[in-house]
Order: sequence, then C-alpha cells, then structure tokens
Amino acid sequence: MKISIRINGKKHTDEVEPRISLTHYLRETLDMTGTHIGCDTSACGACTVTLNGDAVKSCTLLAVQADGAEVTTIEGMAKNGEMHPIQQAFKEKHGLQCGFCTPGMVMVAADILKHTPNPSEEDIRHGLKGNFCRCTGYHNIIKSIQHAAELINK
Amino acid sequence: MIPAKFEYMKVSSVGEAVDLLEKHGFDAKILSGGHSLLPAMKLRLNRPEVLIDITGISGMDSITEQGDEIVIGANCTHSQLLRSELVQKQVNILAQAADTVGDVQVRNKGTIGGSLAHADPSADYPAVVLACDAVIVAEGKNGSREIAATDFFEGIFTTTLNDDEIITAIRFPKIAKGNYQKFYQSASRFAVVGVAVVRDGDSVKVGVTGVSDTPYRATAVEEAYAGNGDAAEHAVDDIEVMSDHFADVEYRSHLAKVMVKRALEA
Repeated sequence: MKISIRINGKKHTDEVEPRISLTHYLRETLDMTGTHIGCDTSACGACTVTLNGDAVKSCTLLAVQADGAEVTTIEGMAKNGEMHPIQQAFKEKHGLQCGFCTPGMVMVAADILKHTPNPSEEDIRHGLKGNFCRCTGYHNIIKSIQHAAELINK
Repeated sequence: MIPAKFEYMKVSSVGEAVDLLEKHGFDAKILSGGHSLLPAMKLRLNRPEVLIDITGISGMDSITEQGDEIVIGANCTHSQLLRSELVQKQVNILAQAADTVGDVQVRNKGTIGGSLAHADPSADYPAVVLACDAVIVAEGKNGSREIAATDFFEGIFTTTLNDDEIITAIRFPKIAKGNYQKFYQSASRFAVVGVAVVRDGDSVKVGVTGVSDTPYRATAVEEAYAGNGDAAEHAVDDIEVMSDHFADVEYRSHLAKVMVKRALEA
C-alpha cells in the first residue's frame, strides 16, 4: 500500500505492507534509527514520536495509519545544528545515562510541555508514566524537563 | 513482533464500515486507536484478515451538548475527553476516568468507542458508563439503535453488539456529582479495581470494573446506601470475583470494598 508521510518536515512516499509498524518503517525503510524499539508492546515508550503534534508509541501504530500525517522523530528536534531546548536541558541536567530511553523521553517531554508549559514535578511524573528508564534515572529526567520548561519559557 | 498479514481498508462513512463488516464477517476487525487490537495482533492472539480503519469518518470525534445530554463520538480519544471543557463541566467523572487510562501516548490514540467495544474486564470506562446510565449508540445493517450501558456488557471481551455493528457515539446524561476511584495495576495501569459512583440526591449509582469478568452495577451497595447501612461492605455481593496473578479473590474483594468506600466518601 502506498503511503505518504511528512517526517521532520520532509515528505516520504513509499510502498509498505499494512502490517508494518511506524517504528519499523522509520528504522528499516528510512534508516532513521533514532526511534528505538524497547518492549515493542506499547509499555516502555522508547519508540515515542509525535503524530500531528501528539506523542504516540510508534510500535503500536501501523505505518499506514500515519498516512497523510505529520510525524516528528528525535532526528527532527535539533534545528540547524542547534539542539532543541529539551535536548539541551537533558544534556545540562544529566537526564541520560545509557541513553536508550532518551529519544522517547525527549519526545514525550515535548507533549508534556505543550499542554503544561510550567509543569510541577507531579505533572511530569504523571506525564512520564508511559516511559521506562531502566537505569532508573528518573530524578534527573524530571529535573531536565523542568529545566527545559525554563529554557523554552525564557 | 509483526502481526499476521491482513488487508487494510480506511473508510470514510459508517455505512461503508458496516458494509465491509457484513461482507467479511468474523474475519474483519474495526481499527480505531488500535491500542488493544494491535498489541493482540502482534502477539498473534488475534489475526483478522481485514482491518477497517474508522478514524477517517468525519464527525465521529466530536463532543456536543444535545439537550440534557453530552454526546461523545466513538472516535474521541482519552486525551480529548480529559481536556474537553464540556466533559469536565458536565460529565466530570468521565474526564477523571480518562486521565487514569494508560499513559500520555496511549491516551493520545486510544478511543472510548474502541475501549467499550473491546470490553476488557479491567478497562475503566465500563464502570463509568454503568454508573452514569449512559447509552451506547450502535449502527449496523438494520440501522441505528441505542443500547443501555446496563445491557451492553456480556462477559470477558464480549458485548451485545452484533457482528455487523459499530459504536458511533455514547450519550451521557449530565452528571453533577461523580467520582472514579481506581487501584492501578502499576505496570499496565489497567484497573485491578475501578469504581465509579454517581450521586443523585440521597441515592447513588455504583459501577465496578476489574472485579468480575463482566463489569457490573453494584446494586447491593446502592440499596444498602439508601438504607444507611455499611454500603461498601456489599461491593462484591453475589459477584463471581476474578483471580489472577495481580490479585486473588480475597485481595480483589477487599480492594473492591475499599475503592467503593473511597468513591462513596469522595
């Protein structure tokens, strides 16, 4: 089936099998490996991207369901070689340890901050329920997202 | 994990979806948010030959006030419900429950119609539609019909929807006082026990999910409450309580009483 998806501002048109997830399409067809596969059962959030601005788990979304949509992946966050404020904040506040969950954390942080520009710690914890960090580094991830809010609101 | 092969069809009208359901029968499944169906397909627990994507049907994701009712389109996502000012104001208990579903990403894709049709025994909305006396609107080859929430759930993953029917909307009466209490399964965030209480003057309506393989109205609680008895103690009267590795019968029964008590006192 032919699909056309705008990913990080660039239109991609491809023939895909309906049973292929958006994660697989990104990683295998487009070679965009920033979006990670963790659990592949919509629990861990490593595969989070935004679909028309909303964070979604791309492992539980068929590529054909994203036909016609705007998708942003971690590769689309930095602009002109400048890190996105969320990425900057993760760097400054040591929000990553092994880094595996980080793309998903950054993408869900974008959704959290879109709806709550000045989130409390509780807002952030509630927003991170669908993202696992198996280094258990949540404290710094929370600090990073708080700092990202400051950078964005500055 | 990749599901078994299927044919994907995106429809733009309810009629088209009903025609396809009639044509393909049991081999077809409706795809809305896909957050219950796709994981099951990836695990090959479910292998439909045809997926009918209904998210392109216009108007099926609207939330409107119609007289004394709030009408929720079946394709409304959990996020839409929890953020809707109309839902927050007029059916607040639904917004409360929506905020407890899964996580941000799941709430952004999963839909109320999909959740109700799927009828997971641990889903949140069954308790709410039961306590609210909501009405499920379904459309099939014989036209549209309204199903009272109390007549909708039949068993584990089973409803009274016919094979050719899809849910198009859910009609809620305006609810002034309602409260949803949930004991989370902490990894999946499904309800080990979920209790919805709707208050009307001195009487209450109590919907319970997660406890039995079919969500139920705790009529024993409702009657005891009216009689000023210790209502919560009756949470599982005459109910066959489920047992699984998260909670056995004794623990789940206890949780049901605690959650009913909390919802009644809220």
